[in-house]
Amino acid sequence: MFISLTVSSSVLLDIPPFSLNLIQNVQNMLSVDFMQSAFLAGTVLAIVAGLVGYFVVLRHLVFAVEALSHVTFTGALLAAVVGQQPIVGLFGVTALVALAMGLLGNRSARSRDVEVGTVLAWVLGLGVLFLSMYTTTSSGAKGSLGVNILFGSILGLQPQQVQWITIVGTLAIAAILAIARPLLFASVDSDVAAVRGIPVRGLNILFLVLVAISVAAAVPAVGVLLNSALIVTPAAIAQRLVSRPFMALLLSAVIALLFTWVGLTIGFYAPVPISFLMSAIAFLSYVLVATFSRKN
Amino acid sequence: MTRPTGIDPMPLSGDQFSQREIVIQFEQAAVRRGDRLIWSHLNLSVSAGEFIAVLGPNGAGKSTLLKVLLGLLPLNEGRLSLLGKPARRGNIAISYLPQRRTFAADMPVRGRDLVHLGIDGNQWGLPLPGLRKLWGGDVRARENRRRVQQVIELVGATAYADRPIGELSGGEQQRLLIAQALVTRPRILLLDEPLDSLDLRNQQGVSALIRQISQDYQVTVLLVAHDVNPILPYLDRVLYLARGQTAIGTPEAVITSETLSYLYDTPIDVLRTRDGRIIVAGHPEEVTYHAHHH
Repeated sequence: MFISLTVSSSVLLDIPPFSLNLIQNVQNMLSVDFMQSAFLAGTVLAIVAGLVGYFVVLRHLVFAVEALSHVTFTGALLAAVVGQQPIVGLFGVTALVALAMGLLGNRSARSRDVEVGTVLAWVLGLGVLFLSMYTTTSSGAKGSLGVNILFGSILGLQPQQVQWITIVGTLAIAAILAIARPLLFASVDSDVAAVRGIPVRGLNILFLVLVAISVAAAVPAVGVLLNSALIVTPAAIAQRLVSRPFMALLLSAVIALLFTWVGLTIGFYAPVPISFLMSAIAFLSYVLVATFSRKN
Repeated sequence: MTRPTGIDPMPLSGDQFSQREIVIQFEQAAVRRGDRLIWSHLNLSVSAGEFIAVLGPNGAGKSTLLKVLLGLLPLNEGRLSLLGKPARRGNIAISYLPQRRTFAADMPVRGRDLVHLGIDGNQWGLPLPGLRKLWGGDVRARENRRRVQQVIELVGATAYADRPIGELSGGEQQRLLIAQALVTRPRILLLDEPLDSLDLRNQQGVSALIRQISQDYQVTVLLVAHDVNPILPYLDRVLYLARGQTAIGTPEAVITSETLSYLYDTPIDVLRTRDGRIIVAGHPEEVTYHAHHH
């Protein structure tokens, strides 16, 4: 691996250090293959996460997202044990669990939390089992798979992964924008939306599957544990700043995009992991906005 | 002489409705849920612009009646005709206010957005201001915004329509929900206990608003209520449901000791106070509770 905690990528690659000429900096950075990949994948993922996140926060589904991103861990390892591409297991298992959550749906918030929590623990336990099966049957070099899934490596993306992320991500963006209005109606006022002929239950299930897809797509880049930095925080900030729903929806995507780009740029020039940077920027921004926004 | 601005509290007489269009017509209608008969032999013709209260104890099938009108539940017997057609889901001519449900305090959506969803909330795709000019969508968008503003003014919510809905009081939320229901210009408005969580002043204000809407725009209103008193001055007729039976007529004719004693099958006293309020004594709620067990 060329990513090290002590030396920045720019130093290793013999790129001129960060200078006051910002355009030159960006040009230098984007001349590197893996940075191109990282920016492409990061941009798509950030937009998906921002859009999906708006509805996740609106519908109080933060915990469900957390659970789904843990499910991706098990899914990827299951595929590895079976000998499939991790990405197949990632999407398959996560989407299935989301589907099940959607079909169970329509409970009170409390019983939903209890169900999600129970299933989450079981699925994570399965993940541990698969991890031990995988590491005992394969060589030590592959032992880093578990860590990669947990924390992601946006600078180490394979071309095939970038392709997957771009295609799936673009489809998810299109889907979210297409259902945005009825989904908003169903999220705010599901009884009236149902009477107006909106297929509320179908939308709920479709939305959870979209959440699953966006979570799974983000795992190779930002990992299981940091997914919510891109899904939850930008949306929460946007909702604090703006109360026009579609403005907030788009702002959420823009904020997620900013987190990603700033994180990638700092990470390229400074010897700090990008996942850390993105989550730290997200955290600090939220604290700032929560402190100074009009809300009590 | 200036015309009084207040709302005429006198209920319109039956004659005034006889020439008007029939909007809702039940014929020998009955609904069952499982083995239980909810109500039967419902015969009801409702004219345009009529304001009817649906009364009765818990479990008498008041909400069920609204669900039938919305096409969410089928009739087991008889016929229902809405504007000359059978009931169906998603009928744009009917607006519905479910039993409330207040919005979470952190709901980050303005009242105006909520009303706007009433117009276009069921359309797919996102409104993109730049692109829609290409096919004239901006004309419709402007018209929609105008209609939203119009109903917001109509319900008197202009002052707070741009604040997040979760921060508003129950009465303010209820007015915006009524605006949302009206923005599609429905012929029929179904309200399920819209006065429930409101204080007395707001109960009167919202009742007067509903009467005004039904008169000015010829909207037929069916309002499910627990307590008839706040709406009594504004009503045309009441529909009383109890123990599977129905009674329909003016409040004076239906809310009497005789009719209610018959409906509940137990002696009930209806008292009228000097200021026109109605007090029903004999604890009808408890009566029906026991009636189910005998």
